[in-house]
Amino acid sequence: MTISREDIEKVAVLARIRVDEEQVSALEKDLGNILDLVDQLSAADTDSVEPMAHPLDAVQRLRADEVTETDQRAAFQAIAPATENGLYLVPRVIE
Amino acid sequence: MQWDIVIGLEIHVQLATKTKIFSGSSTAYGAEPNTQANAVDLAMPGTLPVPNEQAFRYAVMFGLAVNSEIERRSVFERKNYFYPDLPKGYQTTQLERPIVGPGYVDIDLANGESKRVRIHHAHLEEDAGKSLHEDFHGMTGVDLNRAGTPLIEVVTEPDMNSAEEAVAFAKKLHSIVTSLGICDGDMSQGSMRFDVNISLKPKGSDTLGTRTETKNLNSFRFMEQAIAHEVERQMDILEDGGVIEQETRLYNGDRDESRSMRTKEEANDYRYFPCPDLLPVEIDDTFIEDARSRLPELPDARKTRFKDQYGLNDYDAGLLSGDAKLASFFEEAASHGKDAKLTANWIQGEFSARLNAEEKTVADSPITGAQLGDMIIRISDNTISSAGAKKVFDALWTGENDNVDAIIDAKGLKQVSDTGALEKMVDEVLAGMPDQVAQFQNEEDPKKRKKMLGGFMGPLMKASKGQGNPKLFNEILLKKLEG
Repeated sequence: MTISREDIEKVAVLARIRVDEEQVSALEKDLGNILDLVDQLSAADTDSVEPMAHPLDAVQRLRADEVTETDQRAAFQAIAPATENGLYLVPRVIE
Repeated sequence: MQWDIVIGLEIHVQLATKTKIFSGSSTAYGAEPNTQANAVDLAMPGTLPVPNEQAFRYAVMFGLAVNSEIERRSVFERKNYFYPDLPKGYQTTQLERPIVGPGYVDIDLANGESKRVRIHHAHLEEDAGKSLHEDFHGMTGVDLNRAGTPLIEVVTEPDMNSAEEAVAFAKKLHSIVTSLGICDGDMSQGSMRFDVNISLKPKGSDTLGTRTETKNLNSFRFMEQAIAHEVERQMDILEDGGVIEQETRLYNGDRDESRSMRTKEEANDYRYFPCPDLLPVEIDDTFIEDARSRLPELPDARKTRFKDQYGLNDYDAGLLSGDAKLASFFEEAASHGKDAKLTANWIQGEFSARLNAEEKTVADSPITGAQLGDMIIRISDNTISSAGAKKVFDALWTGENDNVDAIIDAKGLKQVSDTGALEKMVDEVLAGMPDQVAQFQNEEDPKKRKKMLGGFMGPLMKASKGQGNPKLFNEILLKKLEG
């Protein structure tokens, strides 16, 4: 199984990871190897196997609907790059 | 060419839990920005989500109310995309095993027919925060108070064929979730948001056309307009021989125009995968039966009961049973006032008009059902005329006085129903209008006669200082004029 340069570039954009030209060649090889491994796994007969949602054989505990958190905005905003009027400021996202 | 319209809906319903779906932060509306966004909501490293039991209970109640199968084991997936109001970089949602399976809702149409709209599924997920695009020195402001508010996303089958049907479904869903008490239903605050999938196909064809999705409609009116707008847009393209592009569109209700948000080629690739932070959630029969025992009377059952118990017609029963708060207001008024039909008329007339004019909901009504009922009693027993009742209503509404009988006394609204006194007034008024009396007696057209009769009422009401019983005046007039 091979992965194309285009696929790598697309995934990099989706994951917001900057990838250089020379890295793409290395990734082609590395990801190709991983996909080969996946191909081997795909060969196994899984017809009677339930898809696994979690490696632990346990179920989720639920929490009662009670407010347990207090306002800690000042502490969180102290480490934010930019804030104003209680809002977190980020680079503009629409034109 | 004739076209069939095919519509499917996706509806985001904010659940009325006290806290978020994965954290103990409050979900109360209107707090100062980011004062209800804790470490989990902000996606700080090392935090873990813990699901809110109430969100599951509400989702199960919804499933039971729309005749769905409840999935006993539900799994959460991560839907990955980047946007500043989603600090984790993914939305925790359900894809493969949503908690609510296929179901259906029956809607009533204007032509009196009923139509079944199938629900494909409904899943639990978290809401995102809010981006404020006003200018903050060229930056965007982010308020994460809403981030993590529990939602159910309800997905229908493409079973609706007109804007009317889609709006009827939306209203019915609104009525169900507010009756269940799982959503406050306040659309102006985004408690329910609609995405509409629309496609056209040649009349009678079995092949579906390419669909577009119009996102984030937050009122029934905008939804109706957006559908009309999109149907027309697609029809124009198809009739010019063009093709519809599969895309997501945004509708601007204030300008009645829409624009493309993204096309299929640019469509997000969300790379879903099971969320490793959350174990599968298992729901047992005890949990489901407990949720079932919490189901209140639902709109369909209430409508039937209103017809049986109060003798309302289908139309009145439908209107009054849809909204849970309006329904209980009606019941309180009708149990006081006895005359259910008259109560229904006042609620749909003056009461609704005042609420609309002041942009209030039933919950903010300054008058109680019991007060309206007391007023209805005084109309029924002829103490006040309907004109007088309007004045009583007004005094109750403005809070001038909260007692119906006290208002009637204070404003002198009591009708004169003493026939002897009324007859005397009629005699005096008729004596002063001999020409009109002669005209009336020479007129043969019953319509014109009726109109002329009205001409005597003004002077009569004036003579009685507005307190004569109009019904009795009318009877006496006819008797005197027709001899």
